[in-house]
This record gives sequence, C-alpha cells and structure tokens, in this order.
Amino acid sequence: MIPEIGNLALNFALAIALLQFILPLVGLSTNRWRLVLLAKPMATALFIFVSIAFAALAWSFYINDFTVAYVASHSNRFLPTAYRLGATWGGHEGSLLLWVFILASWTFAVAMMSRTLPAMTRARVLAVLGAVAIGFLSFILFTSNPFDRLLPIYPVDGSDLNPLLQDPGMVFHPPLLYMGYVGFSVAFAFALAALLEGRIDALWARWVRPWTLAAWMFLTMGIATGSWWAYYELGWGGWWFWDPVENASFMPWLIGTALLHSLAATEKRGVFKAWTTLLAIAAFSFSLLGTFLVRSGVLTSVHAFANDPVRGTYILVFLGIVVGASLLLFAMRASTVSVTSWFGALSREALFLWNNLILAVVTVMVLIGTLQPIIADLLELGKVSVGPPYFNMVFNILMTPLVFLVALGPVVRWREYSFSELVVKSRIAFVLALVIAAVSLLGASGKTGSEMAQVYLGIFLASWVTIMTFKEWWSQANRKSGFKWRKVNTSYYGMMFAHLGLVIVVVGVVLSSHLSVEKVIRMGPAQKQEVNGFVFEFVGITQRKASNFDALRGEFKVYKNDKLLATLNPEKRQYHASGQWMTEAGIDSSLFRDLYVAMGEQLPDSTDWAVRVYIKSFVMWLWLGGLMMAFGALISILDKRYRSRESK
Amino acid sequence: MDPVLKKKLLFISPLAVFSVMVILLFTGLGKDPTQLESQLIGKPIPEFERVTLMDTNQRVTDKDIKGPALLNVFASWCPSCYTEHPYLMQLQSQKAVTIYGLNYKDTVPKGLKFINDLGDPYDTIIFDENGRLGIELGVYGAPETFVINAENKIIYRHVGVVTDRVWQELIKPMLVDDLKGNTP
Repeated sequence: MIPEIGNLALNFALAIALLQFILPLVGLSTNRWRLVLLAKPMATALFIFVSIAFAALAWSFYINDFTVAYVASHSNRFLPTAYRLGATWGGHEGSLLLWVFILASWTFAVAMMSRTLPAMTRARVLAVLGAVAIGFLSFILFTSNPFDRLLPIYPVDGSDLNPLLQDPGMVFHPPLLYMGYVGFSVAFAFALAALLEGRIDALWARWVRPWTLAAWMFLTMGIATGSWWAYYELGWGGWWFWDPVENASFMPWLIGTALLHSLAATEKRGVFKAWTTLLAIAAFSFSLLGTFLVRSGVLTSVHAFANDPVRGTYILVFLGIVVGASLLLFAMRASTVSVTSWFGALSREALFLWNNLILAVVTVMVLIGTLQPIIADLLELGKVSVGPPYFNMVFNILMTPLVFLVALGPVVRWREYSFSELVVKSRIAFVLALVIAAVSLLGASGKTGSEMAQVYLGIFLASWVTIMTFKEWWSQANRKSGFKWRKVNTSYYGMMFAHLGLVIVVVGVVLSSHLSVEKVIRMGPAQKQEVNGFVFEFVGITQRKASNFDALRGEFKVYKNDKLLATLNPEKRQYHASGQWMTEAGIDSSLFRDLYVAMGEQLPDSTDWAVRVYIKSFVMWLWLGGLMMAFGALISILDKRYRSRESK
Repeated sequence: MDPVLKKKLLFISPLAVFSVMVILLFTGLGKDPTQLESQLIGKPIPEFERVTLMDTNQRVTDKDIKGPALLNVFASWCPSCYTEHPYLMQLQSQKAVTIYGLNYKDTVPKGLKFINDLGDPYDTIIFDENGRLGIELGVYGAPETFVINAENKIIYRHVGVVTDRVWQELIKPMLVDDLKGNTP
C-alpha cells in the first residue's frame, strides 16, 4: 500500500511540475496574472508530493518491504537502521528520487524566500525549476521507478546493500553532494529568467549570490566527505583518484567557484553580465553531465550504478534539450545584457577575469581528460585512459598561478590599481613567504629534488596567501582610525575563511603527497616493526560478530620513543548476505599525521599477515580546509545585505 | 571583423561547443566501454600453455578449451569479481554453459582463497600469473568474459560484470544464434 502511495505521489508530482512549467509562462505571455501567481502554490505542492514519495520509499526500507524490487536488491533485514536509510539512495532509482526530492526542496525554498522578488521574475525562475523537475520525474517514472514490485513471488530477504556503502559516509555524502549539484539549478533558473527579461543588475546578482553560495557550500562539503570516506574505507590511503565520477562532481565545483567570483564583480561593478549567466548555465549543465556520466555507462567508474544505454539515452536527450535550449537562449539574448565597461589591466575585475579564465581552463582540461576514453575511441586510438599523471600535471601547472593570485584579489582595488603600490604592499609578505618555505624544507630532508621543489612551492604559496590575507584584513579593520573588527563586513570574513581554507587544502595536498610513508610488511602476532620512527606492534587477531557481518579484528599498538601513541583496530569483514570481504582500515588521526593500518591477506601456512602501514602527513588538513571553505560560504550567506532585502 | 558580428559569434560559440560534445557523447553511448572490440573476434583462441590454479603441476593448453563456453577473466584483487562470482555459480549450477576461468595477475594462495571462499564455477582455471595470456587476449581489466563458440572461436568479448541481464539478453542469444548458424 505504502509503495503505491509513493508511486501515485510521483505521478501527481509530475503533473504538478508540468503545470508549474507551463502555467506561469502562459500567464506571462497572455498577461493573466492569476496564472503567474500560481507558480508559488505549485512549487509548494511539488515539494509536498515529492516528499510523500521519498518518505514512502524510506518507509519501505525501514519496514524491510522486500516486495519492492528496489528494496530487495539494496537492503537486507540485518542491515542496521541507519544504513537502511542510506540504502534509500544506495542505488540508481533511489538516488534519482533523492535528486528530485532535493530539487523540490530548493524550489520550495526559492518560492518561500523570494517575497521581495518581482512576481514576474519569481514566476520565470519557478517555471524553469519546474521544467527541470519534469525531466527528472519522467525519467524516474518511465525508466527507473523505485516502487516497482516483485509480486507475487518476492524474496524473504534482500540481497543487501553493497558493503562498500555500509558506512556513515553513505548517510551524509550523497545528500550533501546532491544539495550542491541540484543547488546550482537555482542560479541556472535565475540566469534563464534574466536572459528572458533581458535585464541584469546589481539587485539580480544580490539575489543569486546567496543561493549560489549555498549550493557551493554543500558541494564543497559533499566532495570533502566523499574524499574522506574513500580515504578511510577503500583501504588504499588515497583520497582522490580522478575517477570520472569524482571529476563529474569537481567540474561543477570549479565552475561554481568561478561563478561566485564573477557574480561578485557583476554585483559591485556591473561587469561580466553575459559571462555570469553563461557560468550559471554551465555550473548546472556540468551537474547534469555528471548525472549522465554516472548513469549512462559511457565511462567505466567505481561509482557507475547502472550501465543501461536506455537510461543513458534518456539523460543525454534531456541534457541536450535543457542545456541546448539554455545556450540557444544565451546565443539569442546575451547581447541584451552584455555591457562594455572599462577596467585597468591591474584591477580587481582583471584579477577576477584571470580567476575565471584559469578555473574555466582547468574545467575544460578535466572534461577532456574525463571524456578522453570516448574521444580516443572515436579517433580509433584504442581504449586508453590518461589517468592521474595527466590530471596531476594539468592541475599543478594551472592551480599554481591561481593560488598565487588569491593573495592579490582582496588587495587590488576595483577599476584600477597601481603596480608600484601593489609591490610596496606585498614585497615583505613575498620575501617572508620565501623564507618560511625554505625553513619548512628542513622537515622534508631526504626527499628527492622534485619533491623538495614541490614542497617548497606549496609552502611558499600557502604562506604568501595567508600573510597577505591577514595583512589586508588588518589594514581594512584599521582604516580611518583604530582597530575594530566590525569595520570589515560579514562576507569579507566569509571570503577570508574560504581563502584560508584553500590554503589549508594546499598544504594538505602537498605535504600528504610528498612526506607520507607507505609500507607493505609481513607481520605475525606479537611482532614489532619500525616504520619511520614509529614502532607498530601486531598484538593479535580476535573475532567479532555484528548483525550483518563477521569480522577478524586486528589489534595494533603504535609506539614512539617507547610511549604508546595509539591502538588501531583494522578489520577484515565478511558480509553475510553477499559473502563479500571488506577491509576496514584502522586509523589514528591527528593534526599533523595519520597512522593508518590496513590488513591485507593472511599468508598461507602461517599466522603472518600482509599489513599495509601508512604514515600520512598532514592529511587531515585536506578535509579541515574543505570544511573551512564551506564555513566561509556559510558566513557569507549570513551577510546582512542579503537579508535586508527580505525585510524591505 | 564587425564588432557586433564578432560578439554574436562569441555568444553562439558555447552552443556550438556543446553540440559537438553531445554528438561525441552520443557516439560514446553506442560504444559502451563494456563492449570493447577485441582484435581476436572471429579468430580462434591464441595458442598457450599454462598451469592450472588448482594444481600448478598440471598443464593446460588452448586444446583443452572446448566451446561453446565462456572464458572468464578474474582476480582476487578485483572488487567487481566478488560481485560477479555468485552469478557464475548460478550459471554453473544450472549447467547453462561451460565456464573456464583465467586467474589474471594473481598469486596462487590468493586465487585459491577466492575460489575456496566463493565457490568454483569453473571447468578449469588457467593460472596467468604474469598476465601474458591476458595480453595476448587483449584483456583490459577484470572481470572480463570471452564468449567462445562451438568451433573454438572467440565471438564476443564482454568487459565488466556478467549479470543475469547480460547473460539473458546478450550472451545466451549469441550462443544460440551461433549454433543455428552452424547447423545447415
């Protein structure tokens, strides 16, 4: 009964989305206000029906309703409750429903929080969001219905959620990521509305900025949690693999970052208007492209759900219509919003242009690398994959100047700035950063020349941006007379947090890549091994039973200078339902290093195990930096100039 | 160039680039990466001589492979192989088709552990420690499955997990068609 209610609610939702798309637009072209004003109640109804459908699926998981095919193939009666919730989006059908649920939530939020928006603009924005909802709802209903039943013959127990996904990460990572992906639909809808109206002004930018910041914040957290999860779950100690699906989430992030900056320029100086709308379209298009890549099976990936050409074709057609129509609109209407304005070669506008240019080029290079297997196949070069070396090289070359410029963005003024003044303001910081980087090399002794060079460059960039960021903040807070921290507005603090978060990520990337130690050693119970000054003692193996798996639990004690630092418990788990073996790493995290032990295989005819031991330097900085960037976005959203329009 | 026209062209360019990309992706859809071409399609299995995983004193050669059959490339280091294996067990228990295993770039203890933990659906398991035979077959990764017809020729190569759908809709009809083609 409950699944049928869910199914019915989805059908209603599709009907409502159609109305939400058509009625306001018809109303606008025929001047019928009643139709225009229907946009808001439609958005509310859409949210309610999609929520009912989502709740129905979650409930089916909660009560272990294995007559539902999707539940039967993604859950099991011994699966802990939290993971049963996570299993709701653990497969293709459910993750699409989550997508639509989040879209409906954003739509509802826009409808509720846009009281000061002109009714016409709001109607257009909601109509565009309705159109996106139509695409996804019909995709679900026609190709991937999660409520399909296995009747009359249904299994007594489900076949279990993929053990890799049985992790707290599964509960947080997908919703955060989708909040980000789908959140860009709001900026997208605003961009299309602006193109339709042929008008973009500072007020428009001020409406779009908090929504874009919110989407970017969620996407940042989604990517960070995903990377952290991969790090502790996959047992390889890696945190980024340039997998097509990782790239698919990274491309909207890069474009979203560019969009945040160009929106700032559009708000403050009325420049880059056409470019800003293009970025807003691109950010969402990349989100759709990501969805396509995950589900179509054109690329092989650890994340790929369903290699189903029918679904792939549907999404590609949908992508073609949505993005094609938007870009057509852009081609026809961009000249109406485009302005020509002057700014100096050294000005904040120019720096933002460089920021946007570099981010756009990085995105294109990542896109080329991601689609490269398809391109190579088309040119009959065979199925070859460029892999991490290509991405790392491109990324390092392009991100270095970008990070360098982060230090200058807040310093250089709008319109024009004098080069000599910039030199005066930054020379001490520059020299200081060179010195700090040199001192830090002492900690990297014994590494190869190119590793030393990269550590040097990384620490230099990090120190340079940090010093300049604080220096400029200090002079801002001291302007006119005396220090007062509230002289600097809230979004400035947001920007500071985001930039410093980036610095922390840079330090984490550089140091964890170059200073970490990795060893595969053979160890038997009660044996000790020294790795880089840390003594690892393999105490022994115990057995542990959980509701849905049995585990061999290793106990490792780690000492430094005879002092016990940590006890690690890596596990080998065998899941009952699927019989699959999984490796759980034992990790002791701290600010400057992670101790990481993963058990490989037991060696034949002995009690010895192959054990992988990692000492990961500064690896936590990656995720702390990511969180700090997201926190920066949150602070910016709270700036009162975005709220004052609400109370107007 | 006329600046107005130049601007027009500039605004149209995203649409143009996107159109090219959609065409590219569309061709990608047709050529699913799980359906890689093999150099060997239509040709007999390359000659080889290896040992079996179960007994490294026992020899196995291409002459021992008798089609129609599947040659399944697997390894203990391959996560998808663990997913695929229960279905192979099912095919074997239904006596649907003979399956030969190619334990690819693995070690004997790990390979044996894999089989002992999950069951043995294979007629024979060829042990390809250094992956040489894999190279001759043009193996891309594991799991991968070669479909071999009654004349011991490779007629299809499937990259990725063999699921019920792959078997029912792709491989089984292929083997059935092949048999029909061979009977006058």
